Formats: sequence, structure tokens, C-alpha cells
Amino acid sequence: MDEVKVIEIKKSVFADNDKDADLLRKELKDSGVYLLNLMSSPGSGKTTTLIKTINLIKDKIRVAVMEADIDSDVDAVKIKEATGIPSIQLHTGGMCHLDAEMTRQGLANVDLKDADLVILENVGNLVCPAEFDTGAVRNAMILSVPEGHDKPLKYPLMFSVCDLVVVNKIDVLPYFDFDMEKCREYVHMRNPKAQIIPICAKTGEGVEKLAEWILNEVKNWKNN
Amino acid sequence: MHELGIVFYIIRDVKKVAEENSVGHVSKVVMSIGEVSTIIPDYLTDCWRWAADKEPLLKGCTLEIQQVPAVSYCGDCNSEFGTVDFGKKCPLCGSENTWLLRGNEVEIKEIACD
Ligand SMILES: Nc1nc2c(ncn2[C@@H]2O[C@H](COP(=O)(O)OP(=O)(O)OP(=O)(O)O)[C@@H](O)[C@H]2O)c(=O)[nH]1
Ligand SMILES: [Mg+2]
Ligand SMILES: [Zn+2]
Repeated sequence: MDEVKVIEIKKSVFADNDKDADLLRKELKDSGVYLLNLMSSPGSGKTTTLIKTINLIKDKIRVAVMEADIDSDVDAVKIKEATGIPSIQLHTGGMCHLDAEMTRQGLANVDLKDADLVILENVGNLVCPAEFDTGAVRNAMILSVPEGHDKPLKYPLMFSVCDLVVVNKIDVLPYFDFDMEKCREYVHMRNPKAQIIPICAKTGEGVEKLAEWILNEVKNWKNN
Repeated sequence: MHELGIVFYIIRDVKKVAEENSVGHVSKVVMSIGEVSTIIPDYLTDCWRWAADKEPLLKGCTLEIQQVPAVSYCGDCNSEFGTVDFGKKCPLCGSENTWLLRGNEVEIKEIACD
């Protein structure tokens, strides 16, 4: 009876998550909550950018933030202190990304009745988060000047899933050989429709454009 | 570490299939991994060993990786070419109107049970 039985599966490891993400997107549509998934390398300025942006939009729409981190809660505390909006911390338990199920569990701790927009700060990483649909309406990413303009060539998937690329830390442009035109060209190779917004989160320069993009997005989505 | 996350998804899917088929132990899991899937096979098997041995269902179970070469297609001259060698640009006509046909897979192909 030592017979080996072979069972054919032929299924992508991402298939279940993709289905779950579509379901979550529908649920969020029904509750009228726009979910924005924000990704980047570690330290490119996600938290700083969120604080500056939220302070520009929080009087116009109701915002909440979910901070995903492998194991700390500094970012969630920072957001709450600097903006006064609800902010919760998700621990990924060592995982390098969030999937739709983890996102749903996180959203269970957010008061969705009191939110028009939830922004998810994903784990700092340009590879894994791109492969896992979180159920967000849109993906956005931040590329900071010191990382270099060639990142869209090196991380094609990340740039092809993002509809918005925020180029942060433009205050340090004089010290790096970052080429904004090349950056635009490479981003558009991956996603011809991607919007590019250069900002300096430290001083707030350009952040009003980002705020406008978000407000428009949420408005158009709600009216559709 | 990307590969460890993937291993958890594989384990979850295999557990489900094993349950549906009333399987007590799985001796081998065969994966199709695309050449440009961002998965590093050695890391994947290392993570697999560590995580699989914690599960009675998968104790000692080997992970076999079958690599799928990456192939792109040119929409202008209708030819196929190796993605890793030529990237986005068609080696025959120089067009960049090309897309990936295969090589992005992270797929569980089959499992062997005893
Ligand atoms: N010069 C300069 N520094 C900035 C700018 N924006 C953020 N920083 C700095 O970059 C560092 C990282 O910023 P964070 O906002 O914590 O980045 P993050 O992406 O949230 O980081 P993780 O959550 O750890 O991945 C901090 O020291 C910020 O002060 C900017 O526009 N210019
Ligand atoms: Mg942060
Ligand atoms: Zn061609």
C-alpha cells in the first residue's frame, strides 16, 4: 500500500488573494470607503508625506490611516500626533507585504462609517507588496531622489501596478545625479498612464498637487 | 524576505488540497517558477525546509522547482524571443511593443502523497 498518489493542482500562489482582493474592493465600494495603498522602499518618506498631505485634506474629507510594519508602532503614533486623525498599526508578523486578508483584518479596526478615505502605508519594500493586491482602489508609490531614477527599470512590477508615482526629497536634487526626465520616461515605459508628482515632504513643496490628486480621485470614485 | 511569505501561501494551498482529498502526508510538492518571477529558487527551498518541517502534513516533504524560461512576444513582427537575453526590445525588429508570454509563474503544479 505504499503507492504514491499524485494530485494535479496547477494554480498560481496568488490566485486566492486576487479573488479576495476583488471581493474586498466591492465591499469597500458598498461602504463608500476609498482605500489607497501607498508603497515605497524603506525611508523614502511615506510617513512624512502622509502627515503633510493629510493636514491639507483632513478638513475636506474624513481620513484614516493604517500603518503596516513588521514589528513597531512608531509610524502610527507619529501620524496620530501630527494630524489628529485616527491611525492604527498593523503588524505583519514578519511578512514582507500585506495581502487582502490582512488588509481586511486591519480595516475591521477602523471606523468605516466615519471615513471617506483610508490610506494604507504598506511595508517598505519594492518587490513583495507589488505582487499582492490589497483590495485598494489605487496603488501609489513614493520614489525618493537618493534612490535614483533607474528604479522603474529595476523594479518593473512595482511601477506597472502604480497609478501615481510621487518623487520625494526634491530638495536634495543638487546633490544627486537624479534625472527627472529619464525618471518620467522609465515610469511611463512601465505604465503609460501613471501620474508623476515631484514633492519635498520636508518643506511641503508640491504636496498641494498630491492633495489635489487624492481629493479628485475620491470624488470621481464616489460619483461613479 | 520575500520567499518565506510565498512559502506560507504554498503551505496554505497544499493543506487545503490535502484536506479535500483526505491525504495524511504529502511527500513532494512540485512548483513551476518563472525565470522572471522574482523568486530565488534556493531561498524558496531553504524557507520551505524550515517552515514545512513544522507541519505534520509536510514533515520531510521535498519542494521540487521546475523553472519556466521567460519568453516575450513582439507585437510588431510577431516573433518570440528570450526575455532575459533581450529585455523589452525585440532583437529582430527593434520594437519595444513587446510583452511577456510566460516566465512570471509562481504556480503549484502538483503534489505527491503517500
Ligand atoms: N531631505 C529630505 N528628507 C526627507 C524628506 N521627506 C522625508 N525625509 C526624511 O527621510 C527619513 C525617512 O522618512 P519617513 O517619512 O520616516 O519614511 P518612511 O518611508 O515612512 O520610512 P519607513 O516607514 O521606515 O519605511 C526621515 O528622516 C525624514 O525626515 C524630504 O522631502 N527631504
Ligand atoms: Mg513610515
Ligand atoms: Zn519584433
